[in-house]
Amino acid sequence: MEIVFLAFILMLSIFLGFELINKVPATLHTPLMSGSNAISGITLVGALTSAGAEHAVLSTILGTIAVAMATINVIGGYMVTDRMLAMFKKKGSAK
Amino acid sequence: MGIELLVNLSYVAAAVLFIFGLKMLGSPATARKGNLISALGMFIAVVITLLDQSIIDYKWIIAGVVVGGLIGALVARRVEMTGMPEMVALFNGFGGVASLFVGWAALYGFEATTFELIIIVLSILIGGVTFSGSMVAWGKLSERISGKAMVFRGQRIFNILLIIAIIAASVMFTISTGPATSIYLYVVIGLSLLLGIMLVIPIGGADMPVVISLLNSYSGLAACAAGIAINNIILIVAGALVGASGIILTQIMCKAMNRSLSNVLFSGFSAVSAGGSAAKIEGEAKAMTAEDAYYVLEAAASVVIVPGYGMAVAQAQHVVKELQELLEKNGAEVVYAIHPVAGRMPGHMNVLLAEADVSYDLLLEMDAINPRMDTFDVAIVIGANDVVNPAAREMEGSPIYGMPVINVDMARNVFVMKRSMASGFAGIDNPLFFKENTRMLFGDAKEMLGNIIKAFS
Repeated sequence: MEIVFLAFILMLSIFLGFELINKVPATLHTPLMSGSNAISGITLVGALTSAGAEHAVLSTILGTIAVAMATINVIGGYMVTDRMLAMFKKKGSAK
Repeated sequence: MGIELLVNLSYVAAAVLFIFGLKMLGSPATARKGNLISALGMFIAVVITLLDQSIIDYKWIIAGVVVGGLIGALVARRVEMTGMPEMVALFNGFGGVASLFVGWAALYGFEATTFELIIIVLSILIGGVTFSGSMVAWGKLSERISGKAMVFRGQRIFNILLIIAIIAASVMFTISTGPATSIYLYVVIGLSLLLGIMLVIPIGGADMPVVISLLNSYSGLAACAAGIAINNIILIVAGALVGASGIILTQIMCKAMNRSLSNVLFSGFSAVSAGGSAAKIEGEAKAMTAEDAYYVLEAAASVVIVPGYGMAVAQAQHVVKELQELLEKNGAEVVYAIHPVAGRMPGHMNVLLAEADVSYDLLLEMDAINPRMDTFDVAIVIGANDVVNPAAREMEGSPIYGMPVINVDMARNVFVMKRSMASGFAGIDNPLFFKENTRMLFGDAKEMLGNIIKAFS
């Protein structure tokens, strides 16, 4: 049953993703990409449990590397997106 | 149960924030706020996960977060806007390797069922392909390795064999027991890394926007698979959102090149062009000096600027903006026409021009500009080639025939800034250069623009 439940979530999220992204204008495609890239760093959440659970030495090592890599992705992704978006300005009405 | 419920409810909140964040990215006015909202969602998800009871030891987590956070912040602050494509590729790769390790680490700690093993191997596979593919893309974009498409004989057969080997190793991994399991695991990891490399090396420079979008999608799917492997809902939701966004961008890029995804992925442009190029281009390209360009621009009432990858290479976005201001002061209307695949990633030109402080409402998409192209006095093409090639419209048999292009040749005068007469990435001649109304400005775009600006003052 759980698998059906997860599959449902997966399917709905994909459709939702399509709907959301389709409305993003071409001007914002690069920030969209780096921003969604930051979201894909969500794998950090999974890495945290692997790094801290002390199941086995190997899983702790793997988890720690994963935490570091995913954090680069998250912090770097959000910061650079913010930097980019700060540059998108609209001048007052056209001259 | 109490904490678990709290954690999961917080994940729901985080998902809502991600969704709102992405929604707000739909307009330049709200995009920055949207990014912050999405970051807040991430923050909540991470902090609440730390409450998870299975986490016993925090020292490795702290070490990982500090190291990763410092590197990420440093890179994000220092990267040049022109270096954006390779940075996104690099980050994609890191996301991929993180998902690979999360999937791998999930093998320890509990007895996995066959279904869970399949998911784990899937997350390892996607993570590995994302990682090595992104690294190759990064190398190509930052010109550490040749940006040309690398094709060799038997490549297709090699790839098919590789995929069969991966499937076989994955199956063996899920059904084997004991020490053999880890051997198959290493084989799967190694082969998936090789597959990532094989998928990206045959893809050349101008097709990079497609690849980078696709890798973006993979990094989401890798997180998604890792989420199913460790039964974590927020990973599934966030991963799927990213996966979907990457796929849509990929589609847009492919459509803008009038090519199917499989055509981009499996055949370099060279393979396509073998049949075509029947029509001969006749005439002579006419060069002009910056001074002559000035006289025409000075009299122009409307100018459209079409930037391409060459503008990024020459770092010419700031001089372009300077020219725009001079022309506007002179009473001319100036707009920019941006082809969806101009540059090395989706939206590349827009970011560069935004950096140079160009108002985003002046950046027009191809479909908005083409119908009124004939009303412009001058079209200035800066370092773009294939995206303005009229052969796509006129020459059946040309490899890019059918690709939607910006019809600059319809403008009254066309200035093309270009280093030399060399053909663009696609390796095809551009009849635009030989048209009656086209003048060539040979040289570095930045220098050329500088000379025109000097003539104005």
